[in-house]
Amino acid sequence: MSDIALPAIASPRTRWLRRYGLASFGAVIILAWIFAAIFAPWLTRYDPNFVDVAARLQPPSASHWLGTDALGRDVATRVIYGARVSLTVGMVVVLVGALFGTLLGASAAYARGWAEEGLMRLTDLVFCFPPIILAMAIAAALGIGTVNTVIAMLVVWWPKFARLSRSLVISQRSMEYVEAAQSIGFGPAHILLRQIIPNAIGPLVVLVTLDLGNAILVFAGLSFLGLGTVPPTPEWGSMVGEGRELVQQWWVATFPGLAILTVVMAFNFMGDGFRDWLDPHANRR
Amino acid sequence: MPTAAEPLLQVRDLRTWFLTDSGPVRAVDGVSFDVHAGETLGVVGESGSGKSVCAKSIMRLLDEPARIVGGSILFKGRDLAHLDDEGIREVRGREIAMVFQDPMTSLNPVLRIARQLIEAMTAHGRFTAAAARSRAIDLLRRMGVASADRTVNSFPHQFSGGMRQRVMLAMGFSNEPSLLIADEPTTALDVTIQAQILDLLRGLNRDLGTAVILISHDLGVIANICSRVLVMYAGEVVEEGAPEELLTDPRHPYTWALLHAAPRIDAQAEDRRLITIEGQPPDPRAWPSGCRFRARCPFAVEKCAEHPELLPVAAGRAARCWVTQEGGSLHTPERARPVVAAPVDATPAAPILEVSGLQKHFPLPKEAFFERQRVLRAVDGVDLQVFAGETVGLVGESGCGKSTLARLVTRLHEPTDGKIVFAGTDITHASLSAIRPLRRRMQMIFQDPYASLNPRMTIGEILAGPLILHGIAGDAAAARTRVAELLDLVGLPGQSVTRYPYEFSGGQRQRISIARALAVGPDFVVADEPISALDVNIQAQIINLMVDLQERLGLTYLFIAHDLAVVRHVCDRIAVLYLGKIMEVGPAASLFARPLHPYTRTLISAAPVPDPRVERTRRHVPMKGEPPSALNPPSGCRFRTRCPIAEERCTREEPPLLEAAPGQRVACHFPGRLT
Amino acid sequence: MIRYVVSRLVVSVAMVLLATLVIFLIANTVPGDPVLTALGDMAASDPAQVAEFRARWGLDLPLWHQYWLFLERLAHGDLGVSISSRRPVLQDIIDYAPATLELATVAFILSVLVGLPLGVLAAVRRDTVIDHVARAVSLIGVSAPTFWLAFIALAVFYGQLNWAPGPGRLDAVSFPPDRITGLLLIDTALQGDWETFHDAAAHLVLPSIVLAAATLGLITRTTRAAMLEALSQDYVRVAKAKGLRGRLIVVGHALPNAMLPVVTLGGLAYANLLAGAVMTETVFSWPGLGRYTFRSAVTVDFPAIMAVTAIVAAIFVLVNFLVDMSYALLDPRVVKK
Repeated sequence: MSDIALPAIASPRTRWLRRYGLASFGAVIILAWIFAAIFAPWLTRYDPNFVDVAARLQPPSASHWLGTDALGRDVATRVIYGARVSLTVGMVVVLVGALFGTLLGASAAYARGWAEEGLMRLTDLVFCFPPIILAMAIAAALGIGTVNTVIAMLVVWWPKFARLSRSLVISQRSMEYVEAAQSIGFGPAHILLRQIIPNAIGPLVVLVTLDLGNAILVFAGLSFLGLGTVPPTPEWGSMVGEGRELVQQWWVATFPGLAILTVVMAFNFMGDGFRDWLDPHANRR
Repeated sequence: MPTAAEPLLQVRDLRTWFLTDSGPVRAVDGVSFDVHAGETLGVVGESGSGKSVCAKSIMRLLDEPARIVGGSILFKGRDLAHLDDEGIREVRGREIAMVFQDPMTSLNPVLRIARQLIEAMTAHGRFTAAAARSRAIDLLRRMGVASADRTVNSFPHQFSGGMRQRVMLAMGFSNEPSLLIADEPTTALDVTIQAQILDLLRGLNRDLGTAVILISHDLGVIANICSRVLVMYAGEVVEEGAPEELLTDPRHPYTWALLHAAPRIDAQAEDRRLITIEGQPPDPRAWPSGCRFRARCPFAVEKCAEHPELLPVAAGRAARCWVTQEGGSLHTPERARPVVAAPVDATPAAPILEVSGLQKHFPLPKEAFFERQRVLRAVDGVDLQVFAGETVGLVGESGCGKSTLARLVTRLHEPTDGKIVFAGTDITHASLSAIRPLRRRMQMIFQDPYASLNPRMTIGEILAGPLILHGIAGDAAAARTRVAELLDLVGLPGQSVTRYPYEFSGGQRQRISIARALAVGPDFVVADEPISALDVNIQAQIINLMVDLQERLGLTYLFIAHDLAVVRHVCDRIAVLYLGKIMEVGPAASLFARPLHPYTRTLISAAPVPDPRVERTRRHVPMKGEPPSALNPPSGCRFRTRCPIAEERCTREEPPLLEAAPGQRVACHFPGRLT
Repeated sequence: MIRYVVSRLVVSVAMVLLATLVIFLIANTVPGDPVLTALGDMAASDPAQVAEFRARWGLDLPLWHQYWLFLERLAHGDLGVSISSRRPVLQDIIDYAPATLELATVAFILSVLVGLPLGVLAAVRRDTVIDHVARAVSLIGVSAPTFWLAFIALAVFYGQLNWAPGPGRLDAVSFPPDRITGLLLIDTALQGDWETFHDAAAHLVLPSIVLAAATLGLITRTTRAAMLEALSQDYVRVAKAKGLRGRLIVVGHALPNAMLPVVTLGGLAYANLLAGAVMTETVFSWPGLGRYTFRSAVTVDFPAIMAVTAIVAAIFVLVNFLVDMSYALLDPRVVKK
């Protein structure tokens, strides 16, 4: 009938892997880190803050898998404990920022008028400042510490969710199902919360996932500069900061950095996976 | 029919499949036809019939994962299906050109018209850039673009849809191709603009001798300009012949069904119910083994279990049907006369809806700080009455304000000025809570079946929502019972309740939308283009459903549409809207028999009739130009800029809407002058 | 067009003013006390010294008055005097800014020169090797912490391999050129001091690559997505139907449309590079604005923080303005005639 060979029909398994393989891989990494953060005391042999000057700056070995730092603390132990701060901060900043920003942006978009205009100008204003600089200024002014840094980050974090949710609500607002709900007689709160937001949630989930990695990066950066978590609490960014001069003792700074890389990458995999899943164009593959 | 000359294009057993992960979708599955030099071939079929994929296959413009898996496309001695990339590139635009459906997205928004026209010519090395430029201006002028030497330097966004389609035609003809494929070139356009473009296409075909393949879902469009017609169904050609014969005496049941499902503008129907066929087209992943139309065919016989070939049924005609190949005929079955509804009282009581001086002005967002506020006058002074039990049609071209008017009377929008009285209550500025009880009596059906149902809710939730909100169903059990009744009412199976909208077809979704509107038991329903997104047979099914429901429940409809034939078919009275104002309003029969406003007259004459013989006898009143912007409507009579009989007085004086014949009111200084 | 430009300009100036107000309010309402930081615990317990200090720096005036003074001085180019360095902030900024400007600009050029073509190629050759490479590069770029990349780069290419020079803008043995612009590459070139030019260029290699990584990742990713979007549009099919060659379709039709989101991102990215170089500067001991801001933040040096943040905000607004302008040039739909 034809001289063109038909490609074999991909098995459901192959199709699933092609579409969700990386995303699942990302999810596994995240779950592993969450597990490590929760069960850190059972997974490690050392106290993360146990100082042993005699054992300082030892290269990776059987007793210290990832070596020791300048105070003789076990790097592997500190990396595992470090997941606690990083993951918690990332989730708090993004979830609180997303919740606050989304509700604000969505209500403003649905209300229209001056509320919408005012909110957009406010986000414009926050966008005038580079996040790192603003967070730096606020963190410095409030005083250094994990909680203060989280507050500083929240100030710069919510506007992007307000913007996104506003544009999502605007695109949904003119859909006929919203008009149908209005013509049935449903009130604005019902329409926004029960009809519009469930339909706008997809892109928000994508942004939240991608942003978790971003928040962890920014917080680690501030900690690296000494504006985040205060020593001796183990935190990946500050661990890199402590080891940054130790070019010959590379393990001190390398492993916490790798930890950040894996987590951020895993969130990116997951975010991309969600995006493909939501994107009707991607389904044709 | 020319037979002696070698055909320009010979398509033989073309198979274009979408090779998806879940198996091949056989969109085009064994299509053969010829196109002769200079002829106009029409291809009709509903969405999914494979007509567009067929056209893209000829141009080899298929996107992944579509692939030509079999057959040949012979064009001037070359097989286009097997040409290499450079070979097909030389054919595209040079020897075969193509015009697409949506002129709004077909032009590159960031490039000037000139550049886009010139590169079409220079790409094939036939013209230098300078020669191409002056030719571009000539072409635009030929296509009827005003002051072409200036507008050639515009960007696409400065053009209306009709103008862009003229640009696309200029582009198509720029290299003097021997074949032009036009894929639904007028579907996205208004009926008056459609008439202009079809006229243009007919003239170009005549003057330049370019063969045309015109793809359309509209039999009227095809009848208007084609010398031969192919009907496609389920990836195959099911009938072929000259339009005069094919459209008056179809030899394939599917053609027969297409013809009967669409109401005609040139005839007053006795019954508002249309003849429809059951079900939907088969799944292109697994076509049925016998005749692909068998499951829906009212004429099917036993032999239809075998797959029929496309064989001659008369001189110059072929059909893929066992019944007609064996000499059988397709007659219109007699149907039981419906119970006639109680005659409407000659002197109706107070209107259920009364609208006076209604206005809606939308302020546009400012582009710059110091700009003065621009206002879109969507609805600009409308008076209208709707009486209980009647169907009032609201027609007009896009942008005339008909959808805004629908949203004003249902108070989805708040009017800028004027008055709306519904069932004796003034609802012009009623608050949300004040209007809520009235919503039980007034509901709306929307245009887009894909957007009007919340994709995250099950059908059960969609239908139960209104019941619970208005306290109609006391408890969950009562709600369930009522939802089941509603589904039954609109002809959907009871198990639909747990499903989501995406599991339903367009027609089924529109049934759900109707069920939702009826959930609260309204007596007045506003239907905003309820059928315009549907295929013709599904349109007929929905019209029949709405007519049935009106009779059973005593509904009053405000029916909004752009299709005059449909409006004529279903409405008792019709209001014609232009730029936010009513031009003419009156009983459907007299309005169509004797349109008094020149706009009504041109609208009717622009709507094509699917019968070439009738088409030839109709007088076509050409309408010039494009509708003006509602931002800045013309002074005096708004229609004067396009009116064939406008005089100086029309510039100064705005004509009031006055009764010019019994029940027929017209806003024109010279009612009935244009015939 | 002129109306559009003027209107955008007015909005921009208003944004800068508003931004300074915000900075001012933040600086004055947060609990950190500059007196304590500047004078130390001992002196801060002496009320006379504190009062004298407050009066000297205008800290005893009402807030609105302080803000007005700030604006007035700003209008005269006076950004105040740094509490910690005791020099005019403007002088400090003139000293530190060129290092950052040079680094950020080189990094930006690098990320555009690599990211744009990579993104375009990845979209055109979707699902091929080049696409996978582009995706990997952008993924690592956006996922790797800059400060860690900086450390790794320094450890490997300086510490281990010794291919690249160490931290700083110049070797200790090089004589810095006379200051003209403060940009070493330009100053040395102007003075024909090619030896120092090469030294400065060599010192720029590692930090600029590190700084470019995230931006490069973003630009690649955005370009790829925008190109895929543009290539799926109807006008691309029309261009094919005209018989245009593939390269003309990609460069002449899809790319001009795909540039719109890339320009927005690029502008923002450049502004972020200028502001966010602080971590790279820290690892490479780069005497830039980021380090200066950081130091001011840690010492709660209000005048310095306010001045730097105001300048950075102004840069952001300026870049946004330029993005709007190029948008208007690229997309005819933005400005109606």
